[in-house]
Amino acid sequence: MLGSDAILRSLEAEGVDVVFGIPGGAILPTYDAFARGSSVRHVLARHEQGAGHMAEGYARASGRVGVAIATSGPGATNLVTPIADAWMDSTPLVCITGQVRSSLIGTDAFQETDATGITLPIVKHSWLVQDVEELPHAIKAAFHVASTGRSGPVLVDIAKDVQEAEFDFRYPDEVQLPGWRPPQSVHPRQVAEAAKAIVAAERPILYVGGGTINADACAELLEVAEIVGIPVVTTLMAKGAFPDSHPLACGAPGMHGSKWANWALNKGDLLIAVGSRFDDRVTGKLAAFAAGAKVIHFDVDPAEIGKLRRADIPVVGPLKPALSQLADELRRLVAPGDLGPAAWRRQVDEWRATYPYRYEREGEFLKPQAIIETLRDLTAGRDDVVWTTGVGQHQMWAMQYLVCDQPRTFITSGGLGTMGYGLPAAIGAKAARPDASVICVDGDGCFQMTSQELATSVLEGLPITVVIVNNGWLGMVRQWQEMFYDSRFAETHLTHQVPDYAQLAEAYGGAGFTLSTEDELESVLEEALNCGRTAVVDARCDPEEKCFPMIPAGAAAIDVIEFDDLEDRVEA
Amino acid sequence: MHTVSLLVENKPGALARVSNMFARRGYNIESLAVGPTERPDVSRITLRVNCSRESLEQLEKQMHKLVNVLRVSTLEAGEAVERELALVKVNAPPSKRAELMSLAEVFRARVADLGPDSIVFEVVGHPEEVSSFEELVRPHGVKELARTGRIGLGRASASRAPRQQHVLR
Repeated sequence: MLGSDAILRSLEAEGVDVVFGIPGGAILPTYDAFARGSSVRHVLARHEQGAGHMAEGYARASGRVGVAIATSGPGATNLVTPIADAWMDSTPLVCITGQVRSSLIGTDAFQETDATGITLPIVKHSWLVQDVEELPHAIKAAFHVASTGRSGPVLVDIAKDVQEAEFDFRYPDEVQLPGWRPPQSVHPRQVAEAAKAIVAAERPILYVGGGTINADACAELLEVAEIVGIPVVTTLMAKGAFPDSHPLACGAPGMHGSKWANWALNKGDLLIAVGSRFDDRVTGKLAAFAAGAKVIHFDVDPAEIGKLRRADIPVVGPLKPALSQLADELRRLVAPGDLGPAAWRRQVDEWRATYPYRYEREGEFLKPQAIIETLRDLTAGRDDVVWTTGVGQHQMWAMQYLVCDQPRTFITSGGLGTMGYGLPAAIGAKAARPDASVICVDGDGCFQMTSQELATSVLEGLPITVVIVNNGWLGMVRQWQEMFYDSRFAETHLTHQVPDYAQLAEAYGGAGFTLSTEDELESVLEEALNCGRTAVVDARCDPEEKCFPMIPAGAAAIDVIEFDDLEDRVEA
Repeated sequence: MHTVSLLVENKPGALARVSNMFARRGYNIESLAVGPTERPDVSRITLRVNCSRESLEQLEKQMHKLVNVLRVSTLEAGEAVERELALVKVNAPPSKRAELMSLAEVFRARVADLGPDSIVFEVVGHPEEVSSFEELVRPHGVKELARTGRIGLGRASASRAPRQQHVLR
């Protein structure tokens, strides 16, 4: 068998149903294998970055490994952003790149770049395959490493002559990776200690991160929270890990999280971190974060324990069995009828009632938050909606105002903050869940970074809806310029009109819509959602709206400011 | 300063992955020695890093996550045998040779090469001894210096093995 055919047979053996990519010189033999036939469907992206984010969107929506394919040189470098994104958000991703012939490696050949070298700090592992006999093992190992332990990206760089070589193909049943031994189980004593601390706490708070979704441990989380009655804060990456409409749900903490979620997280006496990593966007000033609280830290990655905050009770291991065992322990310790930390819950509910997300509804322009609220209302009660976002103000408003009751329904770039993530991620999510309605809430700046993927969406016949919260600015940057750079708006004005997004969508063969008033909001969005085609809604809104609450960079999370606080400060 | 001993798969890129991790996490490797072990498929990396005990623990965990890394241990002073080799080319006009030779004798340094106006000494020992020798011959004028970087093993006589990477399970 040829190496190129072996690549596809290996992907088939891994159960891959769809890959995202673009052909080019060094990966041509593998595309020739596609021409010979495969059960793997190939989605042709228009830029390798798009292919990578599609694979990420696929992975996040499905819980399976996403696969992106590109050629050497610029193909590989264009994958660097999605790889970094997958690294930061622990998204399981296998990138397969072509490499120049073995004999040319190291000679600065045409389209040669050191793909494994460039990606070294942002992959779990990588393989440069120069011997076809090593190819099946490399692919097997790649899928294994990407998906076990803390999931993440890997790269398999395959020389062109390896793809052309003949050999006896046999896909290995097992991987030989003596150095890769992620924790398989949790220590029962640590779980028991955690349970004891939880029932003893007066003000426990669950601080849930995206690892909980990656670990498929959301049902177990719900059990743990309900047995004791612990309020649950879900980070941006964990939106949907715990039902947003659950009475114990506090939503998102951090820089643009609610005041009540930040207070609940910071005023508790026991912080139960689950698959979360004390990111600076959550903690604000680290030294002041949850000061005085005891910390239990559940994580599959031992290196996260104590990286930023000392854990009083570390529980290292896969979250699903960890939380399941914790639930068993808690059931033993909590007597029937025990109300748990009821006073604390009342306190959190009181904060929630006092400090809801809010914005100034009056004004000359359509408010961006109203766009998100309308989308939320139009999809209320449905469990078949998957959201993706870009990065910036619109992303934060989506986090604040959308309601996600299911895991894997809110797909966003958290750690890397990759503008342009939304549209390709939506395409990947739609490929993973063809029956779901996939809606990308995007910014105008973000959309322009990967808008070429409209072609992919239209030609693949994917009825996704992109709602551009078009404020005509790089809004989040503008907000920082206004608040911290004395309103010197350097190079952030994009304009509402250029490009005309509806016309652009139509040029690609999609449906285009434009709106700019609250009156037309519901009807236009409804029409776009129901048009059955790739649709782009250009929702032109207030250019000056700022995203609140906000923890100023370097400030303590507890000092989160609301928009009216700011008004007071400005007036004072 | 801590000495870390790593067993890694003898594969291309293994050293790059380790050194890159240090650079990426903002730590400087002060000394590095890589060589074969009793197993042809395994290499040993011995490195020195200047960091707090907490940072060391974090670095150990990060190293442990690298797929090519098989074992991570920290060599504690007193519980490990540590050695380094240095070659020192010293100015040695005939008038100074006797003095240099007696210095060398104290450190059991060998004359590896002798020229008309310089000597290359070879000194092996605990890295601190090697440094002392270097300091003592420096006034004579060190023309060139090469050190291997420190290597080490847990003591054969130690009551316990060197501290292993502590993985909480």
